[in-house]
Amino acid sequence: MKYFRSHILVCKDPDCIHKGAHEVMDALQDELVAEGLINEIQVLETSRIGNCWNGPEMMVYPEGIHYTNLTVDDIPYLVEEHFLKGRIATRFVEPEKSVKDEELGAPKSKEIRVVLRNCGKIDPENIEDYIAEDGYAALGKALTEMSPTQVIETVLASGLRGRGGAGFPAARKWSFVAAKQGSDKFLICNADEGDPGAFMNRRVLESDPHAVLEGMIIAAYAAGIKQGYIYCRAEYPIAVKTLNIAINQARAMGLLGKDILGSGFDFDLEVRMGAGAFVCGEETALMASIEGKRGEPRPRPPFPADSGLWGKPSNVNNVETYANVPQIILKGADWYASMGNEKSKGTKTFAIAGDVNNTGLIEVPFGISLREIVFDVCGGIKDGKQFKAIQTGGPMGGCLPASQLDLPMDYESMTAAGSMMGSGGLIVMDEDTCMVDIARFFMEFTQDESCGKCTPCRVGTRRILEILNRICEGKGRHGDIETLELLCKEIKSTSLCGLGQGAPTPVESTLKHFREEYEAHIFQKKCPAKVCKSLISYEIQPDICTGCTVCSRNCPVEAINGERRQAHKIDPDVCVRCGICMQVCNFNAIIVN
Amino acid sequence: MANEITLTIDGKQVTVPAGTLIVDAARELGIDIPVFCYHPKMEPVGMCRMCLVEVGRPMVDRATNQPVMEADGTPKLQFGPKMETACTTPVSAGMVVIGMSDKVKAARNDVLEFLLTSHPLDCPICDKGGECPLQNLTMGFGKGSSRFEFEDKQHNQKHVPLGELIYLDRERCIQCGRCVRFQKDLADDPVIGFYQRGRNLVIDTSSEPGFDSIFSGNTTDICPVGALTTADFRFGARPWELKSAASLCNHCAVGCNLTYNTRREAKSDGNVVIKRAMPRQNEAVNEIWLCDKGRFGYHFAESHQRLEKPLIRKDGELVESTWDEALDMAAKELRAYGFRFVSLASGRLSNEDLYEIKQLTENLHGQACLYSPMAGGDLTPLIGYADPQGLSRVGKGTVIVVAASNLHQEAPIWWMQVRAAVKRGAKLIVVNARSTRLDKFASAVVRYRFGREAEAVLSLVPAAETSGESGKIIAAAENLVVLYGSDGIGLEGSRQVAAASAELLRASNLLGKPGSGLLPVWQRANDQGAWDTGFTPVDDLAKVVSEADGVLIAGADPAGDHPAYAAALKKAKFIIVQEQFLTKTAQLADIVFPVQSMLERDGSYTNGTRRVQRFMPVVEKLPGTRPDYLVTAQVRQKVVHSNLEFISAAQVFMVLAAHLPDYQNLTYATLMETVPQHPILGRSDVYYGGTSFENRQGLGVQLGTAANRRDKYSLPAAPSTQNQLPDLEHAEELMAVPVAELLDTGTITQKSVLLGKRTSTPFALMHPKTAQQKGLAAGDKAKISLAGVTYQAVVRVDESVPTLHVLLPRSLGIPLDKPVLVKVIQ
Ligand SMILES: Cc1cc2nc3c(=O)[nH]c(=O)nc-3n(C[C@H](O)[C@H](O)[C@H](O)COP(=O)(O)O)c2cc1C
Ligand code: SF4
Ligand code: SF4
Ligand code: FES
Repeated sequence: MKYFRSHILVCKDPDCIHKGAHEVMDALQDELVAEGLINEIQVLETSRIGNCWNGPEMMVYPEGIHYTNLTVDDIPYLVEEHFLKGRIATRFVEPEKSVKDEELGAPKSKEIRVVLRNCGKIDPENIEDYIAEDGYAALGKALTEMSPTQVIETVLASGLRGRGGAGFPAARKWSFVAAKQGSDKFLICNADEGDPGAFMNRRVLESDPHAVLEGMIIAAYAAGIKQGYIYCRAEYPIAVKTLNIAINQARAMGLLGKDILGSGFDFDLEVRMGAGAFVCGEETALMASIEGKRGEPRPRPPFPADSGLWGKPSNVNNVETYANVPQIILKGADWYASMGNEKSKGTKTFAIAGDVNNTGLIEVPFGISLREIVFDVCGGIKDGKQFKAIQTGGPMGGCLPASQLDLPMDYESMTAAGSMMGSGGLIVMDEDTCMVDIARFFMEFTQDESCGKCTPCRVGTRRILEILNRICEGKGRHGDIETLELLCKEIKSTSLCGLGQGAPTPVESTLKHFREEYEAHIFQKKCPAKVCKSLISYEIQPDICTGCTVCSRNCPVEAINGERRQAHKIDPDVCVRCGICMQVCNFNAIIVN
Repeated sequence: MANEITLTIDGKQVTVPAGTLIVDAARELGIDIPVFCYHPKMEPVGMCRMCLVEVGRPMVDRATNQPVMEADGTPKLQFGPKMETACTTPVSAGMVVIGMSDKVKAARNDVLEFLLTSHPLDCPICDKGGECPLQNLTMGFGKGSSRFEFEDKQHNQKHVPLGELIYLDRERCIQCGRCVRFQKDLADDPVIGFYQRGRNLVIDTSSEPGFDSIFSGNTTDICPVGALTTADFRFGARPWELKSAASLCNHCAVGCNLTYNTRREAKSDGNVVIKRAMPRQNEAVNEIWLCDKGRFGYHFAESHQRLEKPLIRKDGELVESTWDEALDMAAKELRAYGFRFVSLASGRLSNEDLYEIKQLTENLHGQACLYSPMAGGDLTPLIGYADPQGLSRVGKGTVIVVAASNLHQEAPIWWMQVRAAVKRGAKLIVVNARSTRLDKFASAVVRYRFGREAEAVLSLVPAAETSGESGKIIAAAENLVVLYGSDGIGLEGSRQVAAASAELLRASNLLGKPGSGLLPVWQRANDQGAWDTGFTPVDDLAKVVSEADGVLIAGADPAGDHPAYAAALKKAKFIIVQEQFLTKTAQLADIVFPVQSMLERDGSYTNGTRRVQRFMPVVEKLPGTRPDYLVTAQVRQKVVHSNLEFISAAQVFMVLAAHLPDYQNLTYATLMETVPQHPILGRSDVYYGGTSFENRQGLGVQLGTAANRRDKYSLPAAPSTQNQLPDLEHAEELMAVPVAELLDTGTITQKSVLLGKRTSTPFALMHPKTAQQKGLAAGDKAKISLAGVTYQAVVRVDESVPTLHVLLPRSLGIPLDKPVLVKVIQ
């Protein structure tokens, strides 16, 4: 085994890739090889180190330095300074962000803010600010006026379900742990938020950490637990820092530690940093990771409530689940249950990405329709284009077409439609999206993140990806669709953990709702959305072309020929279908076939 | 069993202990649910997904907590939406398991197909071909063709040496993790692991040298495919060409059962040669494990330096002779010198050999000496640890004391079993002068300065004022096992430790329970058999030998081990040696009889727990050689005109059994009896294919003890708690004490080419302060002068070693049979 003295995590989110993250990473590898450091320093891919505004960006561990705004040319200097001379290359260091929240504006129409209520309003590093907003009043109420059983009953009655994805009633889990004898039990907050593009939890952790702490303390009281952990991904340095400040302040005020608020109840908390693997968000893998083992899931049962962290009864909940709890205790179960619909109560935060006018974070009550989310809250599709699909549930969720837009957003409806609730990632896609390509994109992610422990996920996801790649390259065959369908079913039913069980969902849902696109790729060798490079060609319309030569000057492979002021022509055998010519043409003379 | 559960699997009912997993319950019914990652000797992990089955449980009404009934009065069953892994799911009452539905078969099919699409399918050249679970299950469940393209196969490195002993084929690996779990959970050498993730997951070693573990070979047995192979057997033969013969490992007192696979080979002049050693399941001994010394250390028989003709001394020179001439000469000389006869034999010999030598010695009114620095073999028939299950089931309630032993090196398999016992809930107390690899599993560790072993053991007696925490642990014990070894002590020290251990057992009032008793960690496979046949070690061997008129030496090379013995032998008037090689001792002999190795003949050993076990001939005997028992019997016939009816090992054993009360009623036939063993490992092709593990050649017979029979017996008085060694404070010299090193350069390991690469160099282990005083640091070469001769050793340091001592390995060239003062310089 190699022991690495440093790890470099390079953000590979779409934004950063767009800004050249691939090239930066390649340059980094080359430079490390050239300096003979490649056996000491490991370069890894990750996502969402910051917010991709200043990409390409990377984190260097163990120092935890966040470098931003990198270009390929900066790499030799950076490697020399940081890794050879051991000095921080200050000019690339991300300035500490001010605590004021700029991402979150005023509530948009149809938004209700429960979890996000304090975000951007209070100073997260100042406990007094939180207390001024009724902070820790719920804890006081729970500890002095309520028995643990009453807390559980109240939260049960509120209908609060787990926000990490599966939607299991939160207080039901607590009651399982509460029923266990002894005090060797653990409370865990899952702040691993690994879905690409999701940042709901990060926003809460960075802007309102005490809400999470308060929720955890109340849950611990309900379940009779004395020790808690917050498992936060290492890519969230600000969240980690804010959490630690919050924990220290809470401890100083007697809100954590021994004899909380004089009630005789003891509870303390620690932050543990995760190592970046997506699967570490799965609760059994997360616990293995806290124990210092390889972050790999294990079969359930036994469930954490029976045998969790270090084999002891444990409760795992998501950040958002905990953040809801204080408000429920303060304002009552009925108030909470008044929001949402029959089986899904309260509100849910979503991180919206894709082709809508307003991307970013929203919080809406359950039961709101997808249409309302896309068109009312998010202001409709960008550039007046057509809505094509919405992907819910993160990388293991499904893509729903326009015909499903009136579905209410709740756990059961999403599952019934062949998708899932997930933790809150939403991607809206317009008419220019190729659904086969999208399925391929998610499959690439999951097969890359498969821990490899179990056979179906380790091998099966790769097999699906291979077939999808083939289809996108125009080499699809008769029978591919049926094979894909079968593979999806098999992997779902035989994989060990939620990753493998969920990985086929994007493929399954696109096969279900957009089957004709697969057929077009396979049988007509056409990509209807004109995305799959092997299936398209660029053509210059001679009657529009002015012969300005800008396209031929920008073509990276010199595929465009033509005299000045004469119509130009693309040589299809040389063209690599990068699309640059189309972007640079000032006269919209270039079209895709 | 306290808690039994009845369930139905594929329509058949079975009752098993609570906690049993579905796979194991099914095997009791003869139903093989296919598995890859599961291994009954390890915790299940449920990762390969091969064993998925449908599981239904009786439905319970939430409100009333009563079972819900169908209209016909049978309990209504609730099947989960997902299939469950039979290897991780424990049985529960009323459970119904469906292991053969279309859904289940389809899942198996899929998992197999996934495994095969990345498998090289190089079965025709794979060492596992013919005994491979993957191959067998594919024949059973696999589809005829695959849906995937052949070019898409993932290609990986095919010949990755993980060390000198084990090779990994990354293409064949199906990532079941058995090897990783074995090394971590059972061997406590987590030196191999998974690296990367997803489809790039690979096994690699993290140690330097690679795969640094004395248990590494076991991973090649439990690997369900041909991914891990031994350097020894790799491409050596196809399993179906091999013949097998049951044998025993002769390297230590555990007495591991093994099977040798042999083949007649052109490249070995048409001789039958051993191709590999495989463990043979014996749950009372080694379960299914072997240490690497046992697995790879059989090459001694192949050595080309074997003696093939008797040698006799003529005009001062050893010259070849005929058997008749040599035998006649032996008889003549013995009759002449018979009044002071000494025989010296070791536990390398079988019971039959030892019995014959003992008979001859008695006929000549001589002294039968055991070549061993350990005492206590007279105590084991009285109070020995004689649980018919061996150490493999020890758990909660039992306290194990390990005294003066570096068990990991002295008896590796017992070390593994003690560790496993602790995992199952047994409590361990380690009593040793320095730290050993058992310390970290111990509930209490007692340290002493060398020479105070007995005192330290006696301090555990619950009544003793000094007993403290460990005394409390022992007072609460339901069973007490005391193992003692020879770490840093000679014969006198051993006598003290044995007596102290006996006293500890006596004081515990647990004697008479089968799970309690004394277990000496003998240095050789049949030391206990030697005690049982009447051999005892002597304090001043050099003196005894030098005063003898006639000496018979068998299974030992004292002159090679120690110059003092060589000098003593030179004084003896007449020496007969029974040997395979021309050792230093043989060179001093007047007659050398060429004998057979255990691989060429049959015989029996009595292991440390006093289980009598048989071994069979494995290879053809070297022409011109005879088994030890026959040589001695022939000499005896000529000396005392005894009759020579007993010329087969079986016949000698019958006489032995008739004369030794504890061995009464034993015959080779009883030693060869078997009973079904659990877990079921040998059958069909599920856990492990084909030839290995299965034991059809005998489990041996566990001898009883006087304590367990409730016979009258008396134990020696408790030893004094006097320090046995001189005070060192002002000495210029250091106290050198002998310790065990598994891969030593003894006659046997030396001849194994493979292990030769792993043998240790002579070392001198000291406290860093002591080393510093002598101007030495770790890694330096130290000069050690002992009785006028200077030896070199590499300095190692360890804070746990008492100061002013130096630990020297036995059999690494520095002669040391007991603690002695030595000079150590730069
Ligand atoms: C592959 C995988 C990744 C997951 N990632 C997360 C995550 O990042 N955050 C999270 O809260 N839950 C995640 N989960 C769900 C957790 O396993 C677990 O169900 C959840 O933390 C329970 O909390 P809840 O009941 O509050 O939802 C993931 C599950 C899987 C299978
Ligand atoms: S489903 Fe995938 S991520 Fe989950 S255990 Fe299996 S290989 Fe690992
Ligand atoms: S080498 Fe063998 S035992 Fe180890 S993981 Fe691979 S297949 Fe399993
Ligand atoms: S999952 Fe049960 S044997 Fe591998």
